[in-house]
Amino acid sequence: MKRTLPINRHLTERIGFTAITLMAVLTVLPIVAVVIYIFIQGLPAISLEFLTGFPREGMRAGGILPAIIGTIYLTVGTAIFSVPLGIAAAIYLSEYASDTPLTRTIRIAIINLAGIPSVVYGLFGLGLFVIFLNFGTSILAASLTLSIMTLPVIISTAEESLRSVPQAFRTVSISLGATRWQTIRRIVLKEALPGILTGVILGLERAAGETAPILFTGAAFFLPQLPQSPFDATMALPYHLFVISTQVPEMPIQIQYGTALVLLVFVLTMNLIATVIRSRARAKRQW
Amino acid sequence: MDKIIIEDLSLQYADGTESLRGISLGIREKAVTVLFGPAGGGKSTLLRCLNRLNDLTEVKASSGRILIDGRNILDPKVDVIALRRKVGMVFARPVVLPMSIRQNLTYGLELAGEKRRAKLDEAVERSLKLAAIWDEVKDRLDDPAIALSGGQQQRICLARVLALQPEIILLDEPTSGLDPISTGKVEAALQELKKEYTIILVPHSVQQAGRAADYAAFFLQGELVEYGEGKTLFTTPREKRTEDYITGRFG
Repeated sequence: MKRTLPINRHLTERIGFTAITLMAVLTVLPIVAVVIYIFIQGLPAISLEFLTGFPREGMRAGGILPAIIGTIYLTVGTAIFSVPLGIAAAIYLSEYASDTPLTRTIRIAIINLAGIPSVVYGLFGLGLFVIFLNFGTSILAASLTLSIMTLPVIISTAEESLRSVPQAFRTVSISLGATRWQTIRRIVLKEALPGILTGVILGLERAAGETAPILFTGAAFFLPQLPQSPFDATMALPYHLFVISTQVPEMPIQIQYGTALVLLVFVLTMNLIATVIRSRARAKRQW
Repeated sequence: MDKIIIEDLSLQYADGTESLRGISLGIREKAVTVLFGPAGGGKSTLLRCLNRLNDLTEVKASSGRILIDGRNILDPKVDVIALRRKVGMVFARPVVLPMSIRQNLTYGLELAGEKRRAKLDEAVERSLKLAAIWDEVKDRLDDPAIALSGGQQQRICLARVLALQPEIILLDEPTSGLDPISTGKVEAALQELKKEYTIILVPHSVQQAGRAADYAAFFLQGELVEYGEGKTLFTTPREKRTEDYITGRFG
């Protein structure tokens, strides 16, 4: 009797493989489509005046400089609060905390924090920073709100990369007369840094693109000048995009896509930096 | 003279396994003492008590004393950092730190506050020579240590311990992953080193125990079965269990 099974098996494998490849391609397709579409639609709007000028004629002409600067301020402000705090928390969780009910609670809190809708953060920021702490609608309040939103991302990625440093390095370092902190500073942090940085950038990237958390806490509809202090409100790219897309009648569509393009490039650049850091560190890694 | 005196040492890990039961043992200065026996006998645990590396593990209960130069190092007031500089350790798997060969050697000294370049260079050369690896690496001290072979890495680990000028060196199956030639080099280095240092070796085979031991202690399931001079213990053991293990009847 002839067996035909091997051929069938080959065929099955081929069909399966093709299907999987197809799905992989399908997931990339929308991303590529969005980027290309935004580029084609937005590129004509980009000019020196668009990037360095103030909005004119009720934002229907001119540039988006205050929004660009505002987004940079907010991103830096978020970094100032969330990066040290996030890394410190990750070091505590990965290097010092033992498995107790307290640390388990902290971990659960962090995971849940990541799942909260961003508009809820916005409302929380309004209540705590804007009203209760009296920071007003300001860069400070918005940065703090974005920080709280970004913290879970930074903490979990940083903890992950700290944990991926082999335990043997710690044991050896301690056995050579290092303290725990010396071991962390000289070996563990150094090895985990690229991973931590990647997480930081990805977290900040999300913060840079968010609208809801800054809606009530720091974003301004329109400002005739750049913010002068952390207590000033600011324009920001995502909110500006929201405003010109929904709140301004007879808005030239070009400016909307131009703004979207700038925001996209801003975020993609951060992403690219993260990727470069990660791949360079991986090539250099000695374990 | 006894460099280390272990008095009635017992230890139980948090997971319930009892690892050492009432160990009493004197360890001679400037000699190789071998702790041998089947796996799970408590040899590594004992080593890790001697430099308080067990502090990193979850130990449920321990009792007894370990006197080094007459001082009980299990005393909570003991400066463990200073202790670990005095009692160096080489692990079973060579673990070089992710840095250059030179930095691996100077790591411990720099932590101890040594900044003078000349002192550091001198320590690097001296300890690499003692570990019998100087000739193989002297031209590439600034290369990453990970690029070396396993046997070379293990001698780097030994040199790294020697750089701190310890008094006692603990070696936990240091040649278990090495080829016979590298093993020979490490063993030869130990025979040189015992002139200056007190060496405690957990060997990876009975044969190695026999070759290296000035003194030998046979451990079985957390108990010290027999202790004596290497020559005597390996030729005419007092205990039946020791004899059975040495002759390969179990283990």
